[in-house]
Amino acid sequence: MSFNSSGPALRVTGLRKAYGDIVAVDGLDLTVNAGECFGLLGPNGAGKTTTIEICEGLTVPDAGVVEVLGRRWDKDERELRERLGIQLQETQLAEKLTVDETVNLFRSFYSRGRDVGEVIDVVQLGEKRKSRVGKLSGGQKQRLALACAIVGDPELLFLDEPTTGLDPQSRRQLWDLIVELRASGRSIVLTTHYMDEAEKLCDQVAIVDHGKVIALGSPRELIASLGAEHVVEFTAPDAPADALDVATLRALDGVTGAREHDGRWMLEVSELARAVPALLAELRNRGLALGELATHSATLEDVFVSLTGRQLRDA
Amino acid sequence: MPEPMMHEPTDAKRSWRDSALAQLTLVRFREFLREPEAVFWTFAFPIILAIGLGVAFRNKPADVVVIGVVTGTPVGDSLAARLAKAPGLRVQNMDDSSAARGLRTGELALVATANASGGVEYHFDDTRPEGRSARALTDDALQRAAGRSDPVSVSERKVQEKGSRYIDFVVPGLLGMNIMGGGIWGLGFAIVEARRRNLLKRLVSTPMPRSHYLMSFLFSRFFFLIVEIVVVLGSTALLFGVPVRGSLLQLFVEQLMAALAFGGIGLLIASRAKTIEGVSGLMNLTMMPMWVLSGVFFSSSNFPKVAQPFIQALPLTATINALRATMLQGAGWSVVAPSIAIIAAWLVFSFTLALKLFRWR
Repeated sequence: MSFNSSGPALRVTGLRKAYGDIVAVDGLDLTVNAGECFGLLGPNGAGKTTTIEICEGLTVPDAGVVEVLGRRWDKDERELRERLGIQLQETQLAEKLTVDETVNLFRSFYSRGRDVGEVIDVVQLGEKRKSRVGKLSGGQKQRLALACAIVGDPELLFLDEPTTGLDPQSRRQLWDLIVELRASGRSIVLTTHYMDEAEKLCDQVAIVDHGKVIALGSPRELIASLGAEHVVEFTAPDAPADALDVATLRALDGVTGAREHDGRWMLEVSELARAVPALLAELRNRGLALGELATHSATLEDVFVSLTGRQLRDA
Repeated sequence: MPEPMMHEPTDAKRSWRDSALAQLTLVRFREFLREPEAVFWTFAFPIILAIGLGVAFRNKPADVVVIGVVTGTPVGDSLAARLAKAPGLRVQNMDDSSAARGLRTGELALVATANASGGVEYHFDDTRPEGRSARALTDDALQRAAGRSDPVSVSERKVQEKGSRYIDFVVPGLLGMNIMGGGIWGLGFAIVEARRRNLLKRLVSTPMPRSHYLMSFLFSRFFFLIVEIVVVLGSTALLFGVPVRGSLLQLFVEQLMAALAFGGIGLLIASRAKTIEGVSGLMNLTMMPMWVLSGVFFSSSNFPKVAQPFIQALPLTATINALRATMLQGAGWSVVAPSIAIIAAWLVFSFTLALKLFRWR
């Protein structure tokens, strides 16, 4: 393997793509360093899939420059295809073929690549080699798709929503595989709308909304940018509509930010031990009863909420 | 996006079986053979159809024509007596109203009654062949019974030659229809299904040479074509003695050209369609006129003269004409050349357009 470790694995500048009146990608810039796992995190419809398919050379952008492994799609498509591994969102592989036959087929497209049996073992489908694709579970199909993506021994791997629609156990299995691939020195670009997935897998995360990168950094940096390590959520069900306001709550000891969404308050909190007693005291002073109270460590989800005012899952 | 260059494997240990073209062609075989319905429609259906038609249109001993005689009057009764022993006729005596009903429903080919002047009146439909032959047989019998003698002496020799029966006519038609279905259904469904499943897009995201994907369809069609020809020609030759009078090589070339042309048409139909429903409609729209017009079950010359240039230009008409001429008349290359030229024109036209329009995602 000769990994091109000198330059970035992927560089995208000023990317733009519109479908009729709908602007899917609106001036997007990205740099993915060789050997890193880079995540595009955003809600459905944010432009992640359009972006990744432009990077994969499957969609032609209206404007912008895409450099993959130092090459351009218009000049070096053939070479790039040999060096990339791609998993599309929602590809249904031929149901009547077996696992073995499917991976063999994809192996035949590459002039150099990995041993088919070994790849099937890597994705833990060794026992299913002779099974028809149509008989596999969702997680097994997704692992087979990953096998097809890595059988050409790619330097750069694109994974579009690799775990969407899977049960928690299958997701964890795929995560382990992606961590292993990352450890073997491959660069990985993945899209996801699961913040836990981005946190767990990615060295760098670009939060994408409305076709733009609205925040960029490692998961730790992004969370730190909130200025708060915890989030307190509470409801005060009997309170009149204007009984609480952002300014009051922000002024509480240890609270750095506050917002309300559907009658549910969320406080960004730097020190839980000071903020919670202060909140309870404030509610008592105002004669308001507490409904629910929950706290969690700040996540990328909270970063997204703080940036857009919307939740990832219902954005 | 530019078409990728030719595939050049650098890994010497890998055999031809590991090449993209071989693997893609194997996929075609596997997908086909693992679909029992497809196997049935391709191989068993034409044989069953040929047997069914062969039985329905078997050459029966010269048919007996059923006629009615209206009895109850002296002339009618004597008419019935004179016709009773006439060759080739079965005479039913009946009253006026049941005779009229029998004629209307087609159970009787002709009704004979006494007319006002003491002679005989024939009631029959002269657009029906049975009506006309009943008229000739009945009249012949009556005139002979009345003492007519024929001035010309004739002798008869009966012939029933293989190659001029309905089964002989219909087998080339079925072969042509099968080649059309194989090409259009075979490519149309498989390609649109792959596009619908996002599989085409997944394939072009690899270094797979796109031409190899399309060639895999032609290779598998070529193989199945040989099996189809052997199965259909073999079984009809065995069961009915359907002849192949011309050269086998010529017959094969005609079918190969036709298979490629219909493959091209299938590719063209599938070049942009995104749903199975959409492509089914297009395929039926394409094939329906040819099923009717191209002379599968009856001669296309039955259609009006003005429509003939259009009908003769259809690829299935050209295919069936060439197959019939070769199988039944033993015609040589020069006879079938115009048909082959039409097929070749369709081949070039459909592939050129299909490759221009083809959408990989």
